[in-house]
Amino acid sequence: MFTLLKRFSASVRMNDREPVVRFENVGMRYGQGPEILRDIRFDLEPGSFHFLTGLSGAGKSTLLKLIYLAHRPSRGLIRLFGRDVATMSKDELPNLRRRIGVVFQNFRLLDHLSAIDNVALPLRIAGTRKSKIREQVVELLHWVGLEHQLNARPPVLSGGEQQRVAVARAVINRPSLLIADEPTGSIDDRIAMRIMHLFEELNKVGTTVVIATHNEPLVERFGHPRLHLADGALEVISEVAQRRLA
Amino acid sequence: MIRRQADLPLEGDNANRFLPWLIAAMVYLAILALAAAMGLGTAVARWGAGLSGTLTVQLAPGPEIDLRIDQAVAALRATPGVAEIRVLSVEETRALLEPWLGPGNEGADLPLPRVLDVRVESGTVVDTESVAERLAAVAPGSIVDDHRKWLDDLIKLVRSVQWTAAAIVLLTAVCAVLTVVFATRTGLAVHHHVIELLHLIGARDRYVARQFQHHALRLGLRGGLIGTAAAGLTILLLLLILRSLDTPMLAGLVLTPAQWGVLAAPAVAAAVIAMSTARITVLRVLARMV
Repeated sequence: MFTLLKRFSASVRMNDREPVVRFENVGMRYGQGPEILRDIRFDLEPGSFHFLTGLSGAGKSTLLKLIYLAHRPSRGLIRLFGRDVATMSKDELPNLRRRIGVVFQNFRLLDHLSAIDNVALPLRIAGTRKSKIREQVVELLHWVGLEHQLNARPPVLSGGEQQRVAVARAVINRPSLLIADEPTGSIDDRIAMRIMHLFEELNKVGTTVVIATHNEPLVERFGHPRLHLADGALEVISEVAQRRLA
Repeated sequence: MIRRQADLPLEGDNANRFLPWLIAAMVYLAILALAAAMGLGTAVARWGAGLSGTLTVQLAPGPEIDLRIDQAVAALRATPGVAEIRVLSVEETRALLEPWLGPGNEGADLPLPRVLDVRVESGTVVDTESVAERLAAVAPGSIVDDHRKWLDDLIKLVRSVQWTAAAIVLLTAVCAVLTVVFATRTGLAVHHHVIELLHLIGARDRYVARQFQHHALRLGLRGGLIGTAAAGLTILLLLLILRSLDTPMLAGLVLTPAQWGVLAAPAVAAAVIAMSTARITVLRVLARMV
């Protein structure tokens, strides 16, 4: 476990005092529709762990998409790793994106690739040597309990197995920032706890983690600070207040 | 073991299913056009080489033909640069008509001119007009032909055919480009979600473009090989038919080994065009994405 975490721990390459994520008065609307997110303002410090909560449709996924650069905000300023994303050129985005691991809500695995190829994807994109890819991917898939499904394709995997492949893909590239949209939604409690512990351990070695979830018991159990979205506005609930609420 | 697979499942695309066949058809047409252009070029060169350094003198049939032949031969011998004069017999002249009239149709009662085959020393230019004037004095009604006009007209015709062939080759290249652009744009639309995912994981546009260009190269090569094989068979068949026709003029329509090699070029060009078109198309489209 220690070797694994050491290998998958984030390599923090920025000034530690600079927030990993900074949102200043960020607003987001799709097309000419109403504003889904309004005046969002928060900082995620390096090595922090936050839950993102809110009712369905509150804008959790949209907020995450803004963080992992799938969308651009309608207004406001977003800084990632100390860089204003609005002023970054298209050529600079890939390097920034490679520092962010994402567990998508619907997994977004590639059905024509095996589990091992799906997990290897970020390493291949980053140009890692083939021999190193295999070693790392196999070790991680063992750790998430998929050693017997290395060559299975997503359509033959259960929901929980697909989710574990998605988690493995998100962390394989040692991200500095890990974002997970409902990562424990369709897996049993034992695997969910194992995944959560993986996130915790990654967090301990420097990875900044944001997890969107509906799972209140999970939020209460781990007691990390919470970003709560309601009516398009964000409230930051500290760890202390979180414990008090619990 | 990790089996390296393309991240984009382009192999199964319906839009690409017919691409090799379309490329094959274009390569087929391009090769036939090229073969026609090169074959005609070779034939003209052979005809030109066969006729250069020769003159043909025709003496109209009529009274005292033998005397006129002797006088014409004497006049030609006195012409500087004339190396050899051969008087064709009536039978030989009749044989020359056979390809045009058909065997047995060149009747014995047909009045035939007498033909003198004149060979000029190599490197010497004989003034055809002065020869004609000299012959007209001793053998009225004689015709001197250095074949230049016939050859010039033929070259004009062949050049027109060659330009047409070049236009066909160019047109097939343009069609290949348009076909690949369409197929690639369809592929980009079909796999939009996968491409978005690759971008989110940190892929550069070049990474995505590489997958499309490798796929297009494979399809281009496949189509090129099919087209080349079909065109090669067609050309061989046509050459066999030409050989069986017993038409001396058409015997010059052959391809040299080097020209056979050139016929492989459209397949290679198609593959390269497919690859580079796919790359450029992907990079241009993705440049507009976030």
